[in-house]
Amino acid sequence: MSFLIGQSMTGGYGGADILNDCTIAVERGEIAVIVGPNGAGKSTAMKALFGMLTIREGAVQLEGQDITHLTPQDRVALGMGFVPQTNNVFTSMSVEENLEMGAFLRKDDFRATIEQVFDLFPILKEKRKQPAGQLSGGQRQQVAVGRALMTQPKVLMLDEPTAGVSPIVMDELFDRIIEIARTGIAILMVEQNARQALNIADKGYVLVQGSNRFTDTGEALMANPEVRRTFLGGK
Amino acid sequence: MKLLKQQAPLAFAFMATALVLVGVFQSWSLSLTILNYCLIASIMSLGLNIQWGYAGLFNVGLMGFAALGGMSAVLVTMKPVPEAWAVGGAGIGMGIVTTVATILLAIAAYRRLPKGYVRGWGMATVIVLGYFAARYFFDPATNLIESVNPAQTGFLGGLGLPVWVAWAVGGVLAAGVAWVIGKITLGLRSDYLAIATLGISEIIIAVLKNEEWLTRGVKNVNGIPRPMPYEYDLQQQVWAQEWAVWFGADVQDFTSIYVKVCSAGLALSVLLVLYWLSQTAIKSPWGRMMRAIRDNETAAEAMGKHVTGRHLQVFILGSAVVGIAGAMMTTFDGQFTPTTYNPLRFTFLIWVMVIVGGSGNNLGAIVGGFVIWFFWVEAEPMGYALLNFLTSGMDADSALRAHLLDSAAHMRLITMGLILLVTLRFRPRGLLPEQTARTRGH
Amino acid sequence: MHDVLNAFMLLSNFLIVPATAYGSQLALGALGVTLVYGILRFSNFAHGDTMAFGTMSVILVTSVFQSMGIGIDPLPTALLAIPFGILATTAMVLISDRLVYRHQRKVRAAPVVFLISSIGLMFVLNGLVRFVIGTGDQRFSDGERFIIRFGEFKKLTGLDEGIAFKTSQGLTIVTAIIVVAALFWFLDRTRAGKSMRAYSDNEDLALLSGINPERVVMITWILSATLATIAGTLYGLDKGFKPFTYFQLLLPIFAAAIVGGLGNPLGAIAGGFVIAFSEVTVTYAYKKFLTYLVPESWAPEGLVQLLSTDYKFAVSFVILVLVLLFKPTGIFAGKSV
Repeated sequence: MSFLIGQSMTGGYGGADILNDCTIAVERGEIAVIVGPNGAGKSTAMKALFGMLTIREGAVQLEGQDITHLTPQDRVALGMGFVPQTNNVFTSMSVEENLEMGAFLRKDDFRATIEQVFDLFPILKEKRKQPAGQLSGGQRQQVAVGRALMTQPKVLMLDEPTAGVSPIVMDELFDRIIEIARTGIAILMVEQNARQALNIADKGYVLVQGSNRFTDTGEALMANPEVRRTFLGGK
Repeated sequence: MKLLKQQAPLAFAFMATALVLVGVFQSWSLSLTILNYCLIASIMSLGLNIQWGYAGLFNVGLMGFAALGGMSAVLVTMKPVPEAWAVGGAGIGMGIVTTVATILLAIAAYRRLPKGYVRGWGMATVIVLGYFAARYFFDPATNLIESVNPAQTGFLGGLGLPVWVAWAVGGVLAAGVAWVIGKITLGLRSDYLAIATLGISEIIIAVLKNEEWLTRGVKNVNGIPRPMPYEYDLQQQVWAQEWAVWFGADVQDFTSIYVKVCSAGLALSVLLVLYWLSQTAIKSPWGRMMRAIRDNETAAEAMGKHVTGRHLQVFILGSAVVGIAGAMMTTFDGQFTPTTYNPLRFTFLIWVMVIVGGSGNNLGAIVGGFVIWFFWVEAEPMGYALLNFLTSGMDADSALRAHLLDSAAHMRLITMGLILLVTLRFRPRGLLPEQTARTRGH
Repeated sequence: MHDVLNAFMLLSNFLIVPATAYGSQLALGALGVTLVYGILRFSNFAHGDTMAFGTMSVILVTSVFQSMGIGIDPLPTALLAIPFGILATTAMVLISDRLVYRHQRKVRAAPVVFLISSIGLMFVLNGLVRFVIGTGDQRFSDGERFIIRFGEFKKLTGLDEGIAFKTSQGLTIVTAIIVVAALFWFLDRTRAGKSMRAYSDNEDLALLSGINPERVVMITWILSATLATIAGTLYGLDKGFKPFTYFQLLLPIFAAAIVGGLGNPLGAIAGGFVIAFSEVTVTYAYKKFLTYLVPESWAPEGLVQLLSTDYKFAVSFVILVLVLLFKPTGIFAGKSV
């Protein structure tokens, strides 16, 4: 029984199907990565898991509970956190206010959680009063991830978190993600930088045209010659 | 949408019935007056539809263009006032020359000076100096003109040309002003364009109200020449008296109705011509391109269509139509009253016409013009009748009753608002929606 | 020296004080408009008539109070009536949202449809206000008219020129400061206020964070109605109430909001003062002022008035066009939808 599983998902945004019998699952404390060529439906699969599009067939289950028909907001309340690829911070609000907004649904005192986020991303503590729009790309991604962490999610989903950031920042971000996973949170990531992502992945899903093509551990996929040739640029 | 083809004739039949009912229950004179104004309103509505329906331009300055048309009627058809020209003509002339020179200098400064502070300050200096120089010539001249027989004239008068020239000039003047306004404001987004055009129309009206040397300002201009015969002259004619007897009406009623029928005929001809021109335009390749731009501006621009230029064309054409209608209205009224131009009646009401009638559809705009103008006029008597009925149980001397009955006039504003809101909610495409490739052939 | 002081007093009395009061009124009006634009993302053309509706309610309640003998001399009774006016206006605004705008939000209509709907509401409110209270000029201020009179001031300072500080002007400035402070406290410090800023900043992300859109909409309308009622009442106390004037205020109010940056509350305030001061400065007759300052022989003959007061609108409008052409996002860079 997987912690979070989208089983045999088929559907799209209203027109043709983008996903075809696609299955993605992730366990607690595990890092699962979705890779594949452009247009393979990676982001679509994640959005389907989050409820941002309706699937025609298939089901999504969280901790055994069927959540296929819940709205994204309801899924947030159940413990799913989502970091969109773009427009993922409130640019006119300060870093601290962004985190406060992340905790909007919480009724309890969340100052401890903010401190945890600051421990994870020390630079955010430094810039807590600055408007998020003034931060660099990598720092903004940190704010975005921090915002999602404020609900103390059980599952954290990230849509191409390293898009457009420099390699050093990417490494740092991945280090943080590993740290987050170690606290027991399930991590699901869509990534273009397939090689680096698979390096830290416990499970990898290679999607082609909306269907599962290869599913295995990150290591195994990296070693698979066909995967290497087609998606990892040979070598 | 199956009744699309039949809806237009249905709407017109409904309107005709309504007008006949007014004639029977109230008076034929009133009915014909309403018809005349319906026709003029339809022309204005057509003008707006050209801008909104073809190009999606949110022009909230129609009042200004209608007023410019009205002013043209004054400036073209009234007889000139020789004394005024004698004392003030030269001053005004110099003033105009100075203004034009200032504008040219400012444009030259814009082009020649290097970008940045120098250019900004240079242009500002030119404009400020030019303004004071023009005032130096204008002020004494206008004072002199206004003191020439202020009770009767006090202004420059017009050119004494025939009426149809006035109507054409109305269109041309409106077009010219639209060119200037369009050049400045058409790059703006629709909200901003709305505010900008609203502001410009307020300024135009302010100018007309204040520059007495030009338009007599709030003293109004009466006795504007018109193409139809005058009732008084008609009443002297034997044939008119005979016809009156034959119709069983008295001479005054008959002549009044006769004149109104003539006006209606004129207005209808103008409307038909403009409608035919608009339909031809929209069906032409130019019209298709306009609609393509409206439906997807970014794509059109990417394809190399010069969007702002096209928008300017449409803005000018639509404004010209409104100008013609404004001139016609002043001619029919026989007087030019700047204070009657208020945005609710002249701008926003026309918007209601276009939205309710069907934006993007010329015939719809005309239907809208008829329907909305009719209700605008009739809402007051209908409201009065309704309130009378509702308060019939009350004490005849009751202050509340008196107040309610007095306020019947305001019912029309409420009625118009409700009609617009209901249309937007339940039939947002209007009574006669635009015919797109998808809906045609149903 | 004497003359310079006199000149300054003249300027204060006829220019600085009135412009500050007018600027505060415009600022409050522009705040209402800019909030609706920033959060509901459309230009509310019915705002002027909402102000009229609010002022009308206050006037009605004021006359009830006055007939019952309730008052707070030396302050105007209208102040007591304002809360009731706010209640009435809020109810009206929420009902119109429920009946008109909610449907448009559901069908995801284009912003221009909202604008046209606001025009429809404008008609209805316009007619309603005239229907209830008539079109005549209403003076409803009572209490002490002046904080300090012209003559008193002259006696105090011994100058030839004095300043007359009307109660309504003082009230306007004080109330405006209080209201603005309260608004900014609400937006900056409270959870609800921050959620509104978040919603205005990034709607999708706000929804994702669990912010309830209908609640944000409701709070926006309540704030807008409150600001409209207060602004309208202050303006009415100062200059008398006539329904048509409030519609005309739409232009300077929008000009103020746009000049300051649509969607930016700080901008609305700045814009209000820019517009007010420009209008008054450009249409003031400087003759007497200059006469004080320059030697006898240079004294001007004409009024030295740049533009006649009838062209007040031209001023706000020209500023607006200049801003739109050269810095469309306004002084404080508001949002563009």
